[in-house]
Amino acid sequence: MKIAVCIKQVPVREWQPAVEETRRAIRERDASFEMNEPDAYALEEALRLREQHSGEVVVCTAGPARASQVLREALARGADRGIHVEHDGLTSIGADSFAVAAVLVDAIRDERFDLVLTGLQSDDQGAAQTGVILAERLGLPHATIVMEVQVAAGGLRVKRELEGGWFQWVELPLPALVTIQSGINQLRYATLKGIMAAKKKEIRKVSPGALPAAHVRVVSLDVPRKTKQTQMIAGPASEAAKVLVDKLKNDARVLG
Amino acid sequence: MMLVIAEQRSGRLHRASWEALAAAQEFAAGQPVEALVLGSGVAQAAAELSQAAVGAVHLVEHPALQSYTPDGYVLALQQAFGTLRPEQVFLPHTYQTRDFAPKLAARLDRALITDCVAAKRSDAGASFFRPVYQGKLVAEVAAEGEFPHLVTIQIGAFRSDKVARGPAAAEVKPLAVQLDGSQIRERPEEPFQEAKQAVDLSQAERIVAVGRGIKAQEHIALAEQLAGALGAQLAASRPICDSGWLPMERQVGSSGQTVAPKLYVALGISGAIQHVVGMKGARTIVAINKDADAPIFEIADYGIVGDLFEIVPAMISALEKS
Repeated sequence: MKIAVCIKQVPVREWQPAVEETRRAIRERDASFEMNEPDAYALEEALRLREQHSGEVVVCTAGPARASQVLREALARGADRGIHVEHDGLTSIGADSFAVAAVLVDAIRDERFDLVLTGLQSDDQGAAQTGVILAERLGLPHATIVMEVQVAAGGLRVKRELEGGWFQWVELPLPALVTIQSGINQLRYATLKGIMAAKKKEIRKVSPGALPAAHVRVVSLDVPRKTKQTQMIAGPASEAAKVLVDKLKNDARVLG
Repeated sequence: MMLVIAEQRSGRLHRASWEALAAAQEFAAGQPVEALVLGSGVAQAAAELSQAAVGAVHLVEHPALQSYTPDGYVLALQQAFGTLRPEQVFLPHTYQTRDFAPKLAARLDRALITDCVAAKRSDAGASFFRPVYQGKLVAEVAAEGEFPHLVTIQIGAFRSDKVARGPAAAEVKPLAVQLDGSQIRERPEEPFQEAKQAVDLSQAERIVAVGRGIKAQEHIALAEQLAGALGAQLAASRPICDSGWLPMERQVGSSGQTVAPKLYVALGISGAIQHVVGMKGARTIVAINKDADAPIFEIADYGIVGDLFEIVPAMISALEKS
């Protein structure tokens, strides 16, 4: 089975994004980056499918030069080769879902993958659009927020997560695109041997030229406005804990 | 014209449909809002929608829409939009919408703005507010290009009881679409629940919930002790259940349970939106987190920035003394 995994490089979760003076972008030069977490689960699922059914896992990303780091990491975990659609306009907040899907489609269409996997959404924009747009542009059936993938005769049977603890199995013919939910499997980490092997693996660079027009424009970025008056309790842990318990008991009256 | 796409399963309306309708009425500011529901045998859902102050309810029925499929829904809505020519289209940001709305937007080559918490009209045009960076920032965004613009509304961001009711029921207008079962590639089976949920967190008066900040499985016991001292149920955010440290049935959030206890103590929970939608109805929220910028503090009544491994034992001892 020939599998593509589309991965985004995103700022690390722990970082409080600093906003540029234009208020339309974050200060990427101040950020550290990592593999988008749901995409890491998509990669793991692809590696497991290859172990069971043989084939090839190709990791793809669309982003500036820095994004090649996530491909190296994916290659170190066991992917066979990478495709990097490189463009400075594909920033963390500036990469429009339609534009990303368009440049990825151009880069992977001729490869004729049996299966395309992505994470369900990115940790930065969280739009949850790119994977599904990609499916439509590639002419593939799709399923989203998937928690189990079974290979059946001529197709797939996938377990979609619905809301509130409900699930649903859906059969899809191949080729298809599936977006993966975090927690579908246990992630593996790169071994030293994998890191060494990754150095010899191919990353194909693709230059898309001009990016297609964005469908969504960022007007401004801001920190969220508080909706509640939060009482922050300072001081040493033991003192703060005492004050909190007292407030819960006597002000909020939610104990006992 | 503004259009709201309501969601139903087995003919029952998803409550978030009303929230999307409330958002649309507020945004429309008196301009006409119409609603649409699609499926098979869903006339009752259309009748319910017609109680709201809407210009009309469009009823799209076809046997091929009996079960939800992305192919079926996109084909049907593409035709409905061709007839109705809506400008803005509001949908609830449910898992089902997330499955088909980007496909519909791509088919039409029109803008889609997802997970909106607020909308604004000004001389510069319409803009929408949505969380980014796990809720650490809010982005104001605008749609580019021709109508229709698709907008999905975050669950819980608008109140369903704010929906304006009409003086009389709105007209329900059947809207015919041409579908052929062979155009639908997905074969869905019946939805199911993994196991009967043994723990009903929605009835809990007090909840202690743990997130990534608990760091290791052996530390769950500390949260359990606090829960014991407070007379609370133990719950968790998704990553904790994904790791198997607590069973899935204790998960609070969009993929787990929705709770509204008197007291919710969030230990090492950053406050990602997927978690917050499941608990922001709690009366008193306590957040304990080492990261002062964690979005959980936005919705907390009481907050302590610090090391939960020092604060929680101190709370347990203070509770035992009181």
